[in-house]
Amino acid sequence: MDYEYEVLIIGAGLSGLAAGIRLAHFGRRVCILEKQVRAGGLNSWYPFQGRILDVGLHAVTNYVPRSVKSAPLARILRQLRLSHDDLRLCPQRISRIIFPEKELSFTNDFQLLVQEIADKFPSQVDGFLKLTNSLADYAELSSPGREMVSARKVLKQFLSDPLLIEMLLCPIMFYGNCREDDMDFVQFSILFRSIFTEGFARPKLGMRQLIQLLVDKYQESGGELRYGCQVHKLIINQGRVAEVHLANGRIMQAKVIISTVGLPETRSLCSFWPAEAKEPKPGEIAFVESILMLDCLPSQSLGFETTILFYNDTERFVYRKPNGLIDSLSGVICCPNNYQEDEQMSTEGLVRLTHLANFDLWSRLDQDEYRRQKEHCLRESVEKAERFIRGLGRHIVACDTFTPRTIQRFTARQKGAVYGTPDKLPDGRTEIKNLYVCGTDQGLVGIVGALLSGITVANRWVLYGA
Amino acid sequence: MTQEEIKASILDIISEIVPDEDTSQLDPDLRIRDQINLDSMDFLDIIMELRKRYKVEVPEEDYPKLATLNSCVAYLEPLLKDK
Ligand SMILES: Cc1cc2nc3c(=O)[nH]c(=O)nc-3n(C[C@H](O)[C@H](O)[C@H](O)COP(=O)(O)OP(=O)(O)OC[C@H]3O[C@@H](n4cnc5c(N)ncnc54)[C@H](O)[C@@H]3O)c2cc1C
Repeated sequence: MDYEYEVLIIGAGLSGLAAGIRLAHFGRRVCILEKQVRAGGLNSWYPFQGRILDVGLHAVTNYVPRSVKSAPLARILRQLRLSHDDLRLCPQRISRIIFPEKELSFTNDFQLLVQEIADKFPSQVDGFLKLTNSLADYAELSSPGREMVSARKVLKQFLSDPLLIEMLLCPIMFYGNCREDDMDFVQFSILFRSIFTEGFARPKLGMRQLIQLLVDKYQESGGELRYGCQVHKLIINQGRVAEVHLANGRIMQAKVIISTVGLPETRSLCSFWPAEAKEPKPGEIAFVESILMLDCLPSQSLGFETTILFYNDTERFVYRKPNGLIDSLSGVICCPNNYQEDEQMSTEGLVRLTHLANFDLWSRLDQDEYRRQKEHCLRESVEKAERFIRGLGRHIVACDTFTPRTIQRFTARQKGAVYGTPDKLPDGRTEIKNLYVCGTDQGLVGIVGALLSGITVANRWVLYGA
Repeated sequence: MTQEEIKASILDIISEIVPDEDTSQLDPDLRIRDQINLDSMDFLDIIMELRKRYKVEVPEEDYPKLATLNSCVAYLEPLLKDK
């Protein structure tokens, strides 16, 4: 059968764009269908009162300098035919993990963290180094039939001080764990490397620049991108996607369909789901975030030099859907101005405050109450952050708060679950023959994870397969 | 294509995949992957670039024949003689 397109990709988030670039580069007829008017998905940008704000960007993880060739970032750049300079990445200054009894700092130089652990947990440093050498590999993620290994259990084998375990889990869980309480050790390993062994950076001009770079690359390579184009239904016939129905009434067909919208979301687009396939459940981990715009730069006027601060006020770090709307006993404070080089260009300070949130409770509120609770949540976050950034509240000139409800509305992620379902599909294959999933629910999260996922799925099931 | 053209073309493909590597110093008789950083994904990209540019198909069992620059030229010469 002759198709108009060989591959249709649902969603122009980072994974969809990466898959698209690979396919277009090798001459495949490919089209990306994006329901929004802009690319980027969970990590896009939007205009706000005359400014451009990033939807979510705290950090591009996995940062390594240009000279490190074997790291995931370098491999992604090669696969996408981009150069390190194109990304214009500014490395972080310093990040901190603050618990009631202890504090750890880390930078993009792993040795600093080792030194910090040697100073603050002298009895643990050997175990920590052994742990570092025992991390699992990317390849293990996609080995079929693999059972989840508890990261907490593995950590206990190497570390005897529960406080250090909690302190290491805190940033790692915040930046990519889709499960409550515990996480998969392979996921832990990937995130450990991306945060601690490698590090944080920020594209000089934010996500807009990075997304534009990817969209340009895709289109120059011959890929087609349709905005405002929502996939409404996937018609399954004889175990294959036979037709793709768009919300605007159009019907499309393709040999291969790659969906980046998430597994439960993809499942609900399908007219039929094979009985032998598991019913994927949406994840429970969701967040609220307030973006504060300040009349000053935090490092110059408020003495706050940290790039990202992870705090937790209890003995054990609780990472689960909170009982209330938000859980402000822990949180992440990100200051985009505190990346190297930012200050020469910014005049306005920016601080992002993030907490775990409960989608179900947020979704039940009526409009008035929703607005009131958003304000309340903002006040609570700012109050908590003032311990670290003194006087923060007095310098706010504008702010925007998003909740799990916002995420669901804009990205269609069920329950606003940023990191997707715990029911991952490690090799991207679904029970439907020509339907593949990439991005978050293939198991790789974050900006770099999503890019890598798009590349891997396009390679394995389309480019190498043919 | 002549041997020289084939060699130039392979170097061009490699430079496109790993723009930061200096390919001018490659010893044509040593394994390419021992001299510059190319992982297995990059190696497969060389094969796919050959397919894209010259429509040559290299079956998997012949991959070892593409290990050095000279062996690449020898392998590809009959396939590219009319291109
Ligand atoms: C608030 C927030 C902060 C974050 N911060 C960071 C960070 O600092 N660093 C980091 O590395 N990662 C961060 N992440 C995570 C990162 O953004 C994601 O892991 C990554 O962007 C996921 O990309 P994806 O391609 O898998 O999915 P998505 O970005 O969700 O892409 C899916 C796309 O599909 C579109 N779509 C959905 N349904 C349909 C449909 N029916 N038809 C057509 N199109 C559809 C959506 O609009 C979207 O564009 C953050 C995420 C959020 C939400």
